[in-house]
Amino acid sequence: MDEPEEHADSHAHDDDVEVAPGTPPGMGPLRWYEKIYLPEVVKGLANTLKHMFVEEPFTTQYPEEPFPVNPRARGEHILKTDEQGREKCVACLLCEAACPAKCIRIVPAPSPWADRERYPVEFEIDMLRCIYCAFCEEACPCDAIELTPKPYQVYGSREEFLYKKEKLKTNFPQDWRQKVAGGYGKREGAPFKGEQGVKGLIR
Amino acid sequence: MSPLLVHVIVALVVFAIYFQFPPVLIYAERKVCARIQNRIGPNRVGPWGLLQPLADAVKLLTKEEVVPARAEKGLYYLAPVIAILPASFAFAVVPIARPFVLGDGTVIATQVADLNVGIIFVLAITSLGVYGIAFGGWSANSKYPLLGGIRSSAQLISYEIAMGLAIVAVVMVSGAVRMGGIVDSQIAHGWNVIRQPVAALLFTIAMFAENNRLPFDLPEAEAELVGGYHTEYSGMKFALFFMGEYMAMVTMSGVFVTLFLGGWHFPGIDPTPGSLAGTVATGAIFFGKVSLVLFFYLWVRWTLPRLRYDQLMQLGWKALIPIGLANILVTGIFGVL
Repeated sequence: MDEPEEHADSHAHDDDVEVAPGTPPGMGPLRWYEKIYLPEVVKGLANTLKHMFVEEPFTTQYPEEPFPVNPRARGEHILKTDEQGREKCVACLLCEAACPAKCIRIVPAPSPWADRERYPVEFEIDMLRCIYCAFCEEACPCDAIELTPKPYQVYGSREEFLYKKEKLKTNFPQDWRQKVAGGYGKREGAPFKGEQGVKGLIR
Repeated sequence: MSPLLVHVIVALVVFAIYFQFPPVLIYAERKVCARIQNRIGPNRVGPWGLLQPLADAVKLLTKEEVVPARAEKGLYYLAPVIAILPASFAFAVVPIARPFVLGDGTVIATQVADLNVGIIFVLAITSLGVYGIAFGGWSANSKYPLLGGIRSSAQLISYEIAMGLAIVAVVMVSGAVRMGGIVDSQIAHGWNVIRQPVAALLFTIAMFAENNRLPFDLPEAEAELVGGYHTEYSGMKFALFFMGEYMAMVTMSGVFVTLFLGGWHFPGIDPTPGSLAGTVATGAIFFGKVSLVLFFYLWVRWTLPRLRYDQLMQLGWKALIPIGLANILVTGIFGVL
């Protein structure tokens, strides 16, 4: 039987030319001045020198400069407030139950306002334990807690990582969804479940 | 001031300067490495990260010393000490500045010891450096250090030959084995890097191999051998190996500058031994050149890929030695003509 013609590999029958094992296909044997590798070394050194002096380092000095984040990124939490500045949270403790890291601690109390029965007198999140999974945001029936794209911060002591209620309410602008990516995400005030919801936010 | 006292003071000054180099070199290595990789180096510890070597030293000093249970105790404790001694000894014959003249006419050379077997002393002492690595690799009683130690020993003794051949060519051209004499011949006839370019190239390659520096650092490469001969060392013993490597770099750079780059000389400077101010100025010139060579060391490390062990041995035996011998032959022929 005839051997099939080989069109693709034109070097298939170059039996008279020996290349070193491991040479990329299509590359012939090295000439003597290439074998010394000194010209390649010099080219490499010139490239490294260019990196040293011509190109700027693209390091982000993290605690002082924020690193760039996607609008959909899960960062630090905020507690949403209504127009009167009251937190929307009714201390149902669903987020505390849903949290895999058990980092939310809520102390409920009878609320001073007429339209709701309970409110959280203490709402503390331990940001060191938090894994930024947004299960609390998923679980909340009142859209009271949200994870914003704010990059996680660093502090010098464990106490500074316990975010209290007041800090959580002012951690990030309340209307960040309008400002960020043209309002991508949930409509304000819409019921959560089945409404664009989690799939659009968590990758 | 008796000449003996002046000699002692000169020796102390030379070593004081020599021992400042490793911490600066550690810092410079990290900064240069970072810039080549498009990032900033250490910049948190002290302004511009200048206290980083201090932080490293404190860390290594306070680290727990873990000794393998079945290590050969004697050799295990001895190896790091041997690792740093040859580098320091070999620097004793490197002339760092122009000799200066005392009030009563005695000429004081700026070396710890102005031996008249100068460069042969350097060759002999660097051969002793093999022991530190061999003992370190063997005494740890573990596979990776053993392999690293064996490979490194073979590498070092192979490249000593190439280094020796390069030095022979330099000695032929200079007519002197004393280090001061080699510098004098370069003052008279021009730097040896011009007169003996092949020997300079050979010595550069051998210098990298002798110091276990990339592209010849297979014996200590982390990805290959977990750390080679210094795997089982921690804390201050590891610090001694680490420092020994940098001190050897400084010594080899000093030898290279003396042999090929004209030592402390610069065109336009009067070479006759003179005042102390001239000595200090030429000392600065010498250490400037050494810094350039050290920068070349760092530059090459972060540029070139590592040579595989068989490629390394092939290069040493089948390429560098014939080239060295041919260089000596050509130098001899042209020297006689």
